[in-house]
Amino acid sequence: MSARLGPVAVLAIVLGIVFFLTPLIVTFAFSLWEGGDRYGFAAYRSLVGDPDLWASLLLSLRLAAETMLLGMVLLVPSMIFVHLKAPGLKPLFEFIAALPFVVPAIALVAGLSALYTGPAWLIGTPNYLVIPYFFLALPYAYRAIDVGLSAIDVRTLTDAAHSLGAGWGQVFRLVLLPNLSTALLGATLLTLTIVMGEFTFASVLLFKTFAVYINDTGSSKVTEAAALSLLSFVITWAAMLGVLLTGRNTTDLGGTH
Amino acid sequence: MAEGGQDLSPAPQAGAAARHGGAGTVPALLARAVPWLFVAAFLAFVAAFMLAPMVTVLVQAVWGDHGPTLAYVRQLGEYRYATAFANSLILSAAAAAVGVVGGGLLAYALLRPGAPGWLRSAMTSFSAVAANFAGVPLAFAFISTLGTLGLLTAQLKRLGIDIYGLGFSLYSLGGLTLTYAYFQVPLMLIIITPALRGLRAEWRDAAENLGATVWQYWWRVGLPVLWPSLLAAFVLLFGNAFSAYATPYALTAGNIQLVPTEISNVLSGNVMESPQLGAALAAGMIVVMTAVLLVYWLAARKAARWRR
Amino acid sequence: MAVVALQAIRKSFGGRPVLAGIDIALAQGELVSLLGPSGCGKTTLLRILAGFERPDAGTVRLDGRDITALAANRRNMGMVFQSYSLFPNLDATDNVRFGPRVRGVPRAEQSRRAEHLLELVGLGGHRHKFPHQLSGGQQQRVALARALAVQPDVLLLDEPLSALDAKVRAQLRSEIRRIQRETGVTTVFVTHDQEEALSISDRVAVMNEGRMLQVASPAAIYREPADAFVARFIGAGAVLSGRADGPAVRVGAVALPAAAAAGHPAGTAVELFLRPEHVRLDPAATPPSGALAAEIRELTFFGSLTRVRLALDGIADSEAWADVASDRADGFQPGLRVWASWDAAAPRVLARV
Repeated sequence: MSARLGPVAVLAIVLGIVFFLTPLIVTFAFSLWEGGDRYGFAAYRSLVGDPDLWASLLLSLRLAAETMLLGMVLLVPSMIFVHLKAPGLKPLFEFIAALPFVVPAIALVAGLSALYTGPAWLIGTPNYLVIPYFFLALPYAYRAIDVGLSAIDVRTLTDAAHSLGAGWGQVFRLVLLPNLSTALLGATLLTLTIVMGEFTFASVLLFKTFAVYINDTGSSKVTEAAALSLLSFVITWAAMLGVLLTGRNTTDLGGTH
Repeated sequence: MAEGGQDLSPAPQAGAAARHGGAGTVPALLARAVPWLFVAAFLAFVAAFMLAPMVTVLVQAVWGDHGPTLAYVRQLGEYRYATAFANSLILSAAAAAVGVVGGGLLAYALLRPGAPGWLRSAMTSFSAVAANFAGVPLAFAFISTLGTLGLLTAQLKRLGIDIYGLGFSLYSLGGLTLTYAYFQVPLMLIIITPALRGLRAEWRDAAENLGATVWQYWWRVGLPVLWPSLLAAFVLLFGNAFSAYATPYALTAGNIQLVPTEISNVLSGNVMESPQLGAALAAGMIVVMTAVLLVYWLAARKAARWRR
Repeated sequence: MAVVALQAIRKSFGGRPVLAGIDIALAQGELVSLLGPSGCGKTTLLRILAGFERPDAGTVRLDGRDITALAANRRNMGMVFQSYSLFPNLDATDNVRFGPRVRGVPRAEQSRRAEHLLELVGLGGHRHKFPHQLSGGQQQRVALARALAVQPDVLLLDEPLSALDAKVRAQLRSEIRRIQRETGVTTVFVTHDQEEALSISDRVAVMNEGRMLQVASPAAIYREPADAFVARFIGAGAVLSGRADGPAVRVGAVALPAAAAAGHPAGTAVELFLRPEHVRLDPAATPPSGALAAEIRELTFFGSLTRVRLALDGIADSEAWADVASDRADGFQPGLRVWASWDAAAPRVLARV
């Protein structure tokens, strides 16, 4: 193998593996440290018993579900209609999908807090976060759904369903959503990953999501923070594995920072 | 998904009415309007929560209590904020360069015919995870490893290598670059692999056949074909690093001035500055990111030319 | 004198032999085709000649010099690939100049060669187009000019026409031959298309399963195949298995006239090969002398010719073909009884292995 790869390639692969694995292995070892020379699962035990962990984890999961729901209602139907009826609007949608890249999270949160100082029912509850999270996930969800839409012949499917007597609701429920399920699942899992790791909005707007909990814990309990980092890595891994298994080359796996 | 269908439930009834009642009736018009209501709702949402905040930031940056002013923009020239911009630009450029070189070489190595297939697919799926693994957890993983109390730091010290004594610090621009590399290298691997696959074996064979050395091939064919893709990847990685907030926040706790952390300082009232200064900083970020996106678009368009 | 000689070349990939002892030599200015089904080893042989692969055993000689260990970029061979081999970042002229350029040929000379060669391949008007602005046929012309620009000792063509559509293929084929004659460059042409090989070559080398079966002129390959595989692979015709019996091959109770069978001891297992153009058909009621009874099974119209598939009486599952001028095939239809005959000198008889 190495003879055919060449020294540069072998070096790159070895260094890459070392660089990728070291922080994970060392962090795991660190999470087992109980002070001195003692190692064990104390950090994990203390975390499991911390109600704040479960509260923050549940909050993040709930926000992820709400963000996905908002995407399903707001993004998916309008993308399908634009694809079908108004392809002229597509450049506008492409532009909108690029906006969250141009306006980084911290800049968007600055704008949101300057613009909206009320009402309390909107900005006073963690649900407010769903709005910026929608935009964080937008570029990735848009790409995934766009690829899915290009892969099937939406117009013919819709025309066929209409000619058989289906109304719009039935076309959506019985024809389009099942055929787009792979793309939608990909978009959903990407959204989940993004929301579970999101820190900027929650931290500035003072809501205690999972990422904020990790940060708060980390400033006082270092081994617990290490354990939480690994937990977060596993969550990301599970979601990405889902994307890879369902999407297979149909989704854009960009970073979100 | 079911909810998506339920929300549309008025549509089929309206459609059925249209079939029975003929065109032009009120239900028929309603049926035709429903799709546009969804599009309008999306656009309104974007306008209210994306465009309006963006415009607010841009306007606030040049609008004081007594009308238009350049005072806040000028304030960006103050040492603290000029340093923040300089740090952010240097860090982003360094992290992008490390990502492009590291991820590019790794992708190239994995695409060599001698590389085992299982390693290639394992690295690809790992990269999908690592490119999305950032922020606070990443920062703590690196603190656990290479922080002042990190396990690797301690082990190396035991072996007689005091990395902090040698000038390394995780809480410096160098340390941040190293931490960013953990998501930049995988991201580069993901985005450059299609371009590398686009380099045909025939070009290499043809060049060799015509008498070119390996270097002459890369210099005259390989890199000229790749450079638009490399440039596009570089600016994307640059933007990715430039807008990162959680990682530096958790890692440096404000020891290093960066544009995102300065904005959050203003927002949270950690520094006694007017909100307009935060807006000016945010506007600066928007300007940088717009430039990044423009370069990306131009480079990506040029890269697409070879792929026909 | 041989310009290029491959001697006892062996090569295997992962324990699977791809080339099992190949010998072939080319004379100056000759065009030799390597013809065979895919996987026969012809491309591997070409890549060994070009220096992309190293043979496990054997010698590659150029003008008597052993170049087996010489790297590809030190050999003076121009190669044209199947497709997409033009450098996409360079226009036609710069693609052609690439070889002279990396060899340090002076600039003026580079340009002179590029101009001359693009003219030669008929692309004088497309000098500054990029590959993606050229059609498939035009791209292959540029690739040919590029390969010739290094003034190669040997020109190597690796199925250069296989990605083109039929009309362009035929046109470019004859042009390659014209240019090859004009430049006098010794050429190896790899193809799996027998028509291409027969029409373009001075000699054809037929390969199968890593072996060289026959190297001969196109006419000799067609008329006197040395081997049952060659006889089957080249052209159409009937293959009938039987036993030599004087000047005939006996299949069951039927004796098929074949003068060549006399060269085999009586009773040995042989195969008889009969080309369609040698078979005459006669629908008359009385048999011409030496004719065999047969029935028409199928007619295929080829324009000027109609190919008739026959079943010979007395030979189970036998298939034979006869080419009939279409204007004389009017009464023919499946099921018609006919007499089939041929000149006893026409069939080729080879020992069965």
